[in-house]
Amino acid sequence: MTELTNKSALELAAGLKSGEFSSVDVTQAHLDRIASTEDDFNSFITVTDELALETAKAVDAKRSAGEDLHTLAGVPVALKDLVVTEGTRTTAGSKMLENWVPPYESTVHNKVKAAGLPVLGKTNLDEFAMGSTTEHSAFGNTRNPWNLDHVPGGSSGGAAAALAGFQAPLSVGTDTGGSVRQPAAFTGTVGVKPTYGSISRFGIIAMASSLDQVGPMGRSVADAAALHELLAGHDPLDSTSLPDEVGGFLNAAQTSELKGKKLGVIKQLAGEGYQDGVRTAFTAALETAAAAGAEIVEVDCPSISYALDAYYLIMPSEVSSNLARYDGMRYGLRVEPESGPVTAETVMSATRAAGFGDEVKRRIILGTYALSAGYYDAYYGSAQKIRTLVQNDFAKAFAACDVLVSPTTPTTALKFGAEKAADPMALYLGDVATIPANLAGIPGLSLPAGLAEGLPVGFQILAPAREDVKLYEVAGPLEAALESAGGRVLDTLAEGLNAK
Amino acid sequence: MKYEDAIKKYDPVIGIEVHVELGTATKMFDAAPNTFGGGPNTNVTPTSLGLPGSLPVVNEKGVEYAIKIGLALGCEIAETCRFARKNYFYPDVPKDFQTSQSDEPIAAEGQVEVELEDGTIVTVPVERAHMEEDAGKNTHVGGATGRIQGADHSLVDYNRAGVPLVEIVTHPITGTGERAAEVAAAYVRTLRDIFRALDVSEARMEQGNVRADVNVSLRESPEAPLGTRTETKNVNSFRSIERAVRFEIARQATLLEAGEKVVQETRHFHEETGETSSGRPKSDADDYRYFPEPDLVPLQPSREWVDQLRASLPELPAQKRRRLLGEWKFSDLEMRDIVNAGLLEAIEDTVTAGAKPAAARKWWTGEVARLANQEDKRPTEIVTPAQVAGLVDLINEGKLNDKLAKDVLTGVSAGEGEPAEVMKARDLEIVEDTGALEAAVEEAIAANPDVVEKIKGGKMQAIGALMGPIMKATRGQADAGKAKDLILAKLGV
Repeated sequence: MTELTNKSALELAAGLKSGEFSSVDVTQAHLDRIASTEDDFNSFITVTDELALETAKAVDAKRSAGEDLHTLAGVPVALKDLVVTEGTRTTAGSKMLENWVPPYESTVHNKVKAAGLPVLGKTNLDEFAMGSTTEHSAFGNTRNPWNLDHVPGGSSGGAAAALAGFQAPLSVGTDTGGSVRQPAAFTGTVGVKPTYGSISRFGIIAMASSLDQVGPMGRSVADAAALHELLAGHDPLDSTSLPDEVGGFLNAAQTSELKGKKLGVIKQLAGEGYQDGVRTAFTAALETAAAAGAEIVEVDCPSISYALDAYYLIMPSEVSSNLARYDGMRYGLRVEPESGPVTAETVMSATRAAGFGDEVKRRIILGTYALSAGYYDAYYGSAQKIRTLVQNDFAKAFAACDVLVSPTTPTTALKFGAEKAADPMALYLGDVATIPANLAGIPGLSLPAGLAEGLPVGFQILAPAREDVKLYEVAGPLEAALESAGGRVLDTLAEGLNAK
Repeated sequence: MKYEDAIKKYDPVIGIEVHVELGTATKMFDAAPNTFGGGPNTNVTPTSLGLPGSLPVVNEKGVEYAIKIGLALGCEIAETCRFARKNYFYPDVPKDFQTSQSDEPIAAEGQVEVELEDGTIVTVPVERAHMEEDAGKNTHVGGATGRIQGADHSLVDYNRAGVPLVEIVTHPITGTGERAAEVAAAYVRTLRDIFRALDVSEARMEQGNVRADVNVSLRESPEAPLGTRTETKNVNSFRSIERAVRFEIARQATLLEAGEKVVQETRHFHEETGETSSGRPKSDADDYRYFPEPDLVPLQPSREWVDQLRASLPELPAQKRRRLLGEWKFSDLEMRDIVNAGLLEAIEDTVTAGAKPAAARKWWTGEVARLANQEDKRPTEIVTPAQVAGLVDLINEGKLNDKLAKDVLTGVSAGEGEPAEVMKARDLEIVEDTGALEAAVEEAIAANPDVVEKIKGGKMQAIGALMGPIMKATRGQADAGKAKDLILAKLGV
């Protein structure tokens, strides 16, 4: 590790602006770090070193020429390999797209390019973002920098590990049921799921369209806020994109106070089924918040108990339709049947059998069933009703407090293979606290709140839809309070990694 | 069993689904151009190819056209409706689902008045009109027939994928009896005319802008429950629609007569033979796993917009026919001839330009049609309504008679200029110069003493024998009435 890879994105931005170092220096330092640690972490599916250095050089040249640059210009970023990058292969973690080089550009990458952030590479993920361990990638497991025997979470596991492993100062993930917040929790980093529609989905390979949302990730609340401001904004290419003006996130993170803020602890998401260490860390964080002047209240969200069930009907239903296009006809993998006639039907069938992993197939089958004639009303239809109930519950809860809080996950990072030991349902339960936000479309954020048995614990904050700024108004000062009380969680890891 | 016998024995029920491609500049959900032709896979974007990560955006013009069609069919326009995904695997469907509308169509419950050859009006009940996107086009290569069977590979062109369509579905059309086939064809023709009047589609059958799926079932009597239906897909001309219905009615009746059952299935129509053949079995359990398209937000056309569109609707062909019939006082037969000849607009414009309806009709269906026919052109291609109106004016002013007017028309159609110019250039104007006429009359009298004697003797019809030479001398431009008056005056009769 070097001084440069240890800095936050905003520290790097300041140093770049003052001329203390160049973007090429910063980018090269991170590429070196990636080269020396990838054997351990496997955070990346593709490292785009040449492109990154090219961008860095261009930004440095512009800066020397005195051009007006974005705050984050020259600060490297890693993109989850679900974000389409024109000319750079985009795999979605699947064999299906192993060699797919997109002929078009995503809005997210366009924004990143326009702002001049060198892209270090494409990070590992569970196949098509389905999973919470990154064990479902066709490109091998990503390991948690805190302990290589543990998963980094998922599906944005590579994105989170790249941050925790000091390979990248910023990451872009996606969150359909917790895929940004849960790996952030497992790696001691900050992950944000904005309000549905805050960041364009154009060029984000779809998992479940009504739940998917791009999420900024960083090692601090302020870094995530700055990246959120860069990525958000209306996009006419995404019909579900919000028209809202974007701004004030970074300022809110840096200048807000906890004094007078009302934090609502969700009754249904604390206690039962939670790892002791997680509960202890969460309670301690609440005490720290209270000591800093926050008011802690308990709120009831009864329909949250049904959110998981609704999610596991809506998500696979949309998955079954969104992933139908991978049929070997136009792009990606094409497999001909081993025997018998080669027809469109047999090629589609052979391609899908060979190209998709088990978890993806499981969800496609579930979704196909749930949407079948005769079952639609009972499954998809009812799930949509629960969705409305969850939204109503949140609306009521937000009337009584500024933000809602809970542990991000019931446990700290699991060991590899835990999933195989347990049945998939047990693992699905790990998303119980993160899923409701996706169902309701509201924004959520996870920040580190200490350690339990040597692994980070995540603290989740939820805010009303389109009031993402409230996340930062609480997360910013809470992070400061927690760090002054117990030190910075990632410093523990940095020391450990340095010692190695 | 023959069609004629089948319809005596059974009561046919038909149902028709018409797809019309809208003439928008771009596709329904992306910015790819909506144009016919072009190299394969050139009119495409990531969205129309269904690339990973691509998203749809609704084409507002497509919605406007769909609403116009709905209004023209007398449908209710939904205050809120959604797109839905119709999921099925097929290579010409790039996303392996078609974005369509399911239980929330943009327009529902209307009706279309269809006029048959003999003027009978049949009201066809419309269940719904909904928006969807077209699929790409498969070409099967290597087989003898161009069909998928026997081909060694297939090509897919996605230029058509995503082209906006409106699908119009009828309720079962009952009570047509022996005229079922005629009604089916006339209904689609009526829709075609409506699409053109609304200017929402070129509506060219031969380009596949309008395609019809025809459902046919038979039952013992109008009181009996509906029989098992077949759906003959993609019948693409009025004549084919009529033939397909006739064939299906005869075929189904033959089966029923033999005590066999009609299989519920889709069938293909064969242009060459006029027959249908079995496609794939279809049941109501065909499972497209419809669900609301999550990538699009619900559509909520404002009432103000709908009212605005309603107010801007042009007069529809049936309305126009009814109005003009009243105004022009033509017989039903005359009106039908005009419509069938495609001359309604031309005559209306000619009347607007000042001609009397009867005169306008006489010239357009008579001499203009004859000349056009000779040149293998449409009447409106050889003269304009304003020119016909000008011609009629000249006749009314006494400058031309019918015979001269025909010559003028020939000149106009040959591009020699406007009627008055042609009349002058060809020197066809009726002679008003009494001096010239007097000279001609005197000459004729002098040259025909025997005829003069007869006239003087009271045989007035003998005047006709003088008219020939007078007309010859004046090259036909003499006013016959005036010449006659002059002769009588000169002879003191």
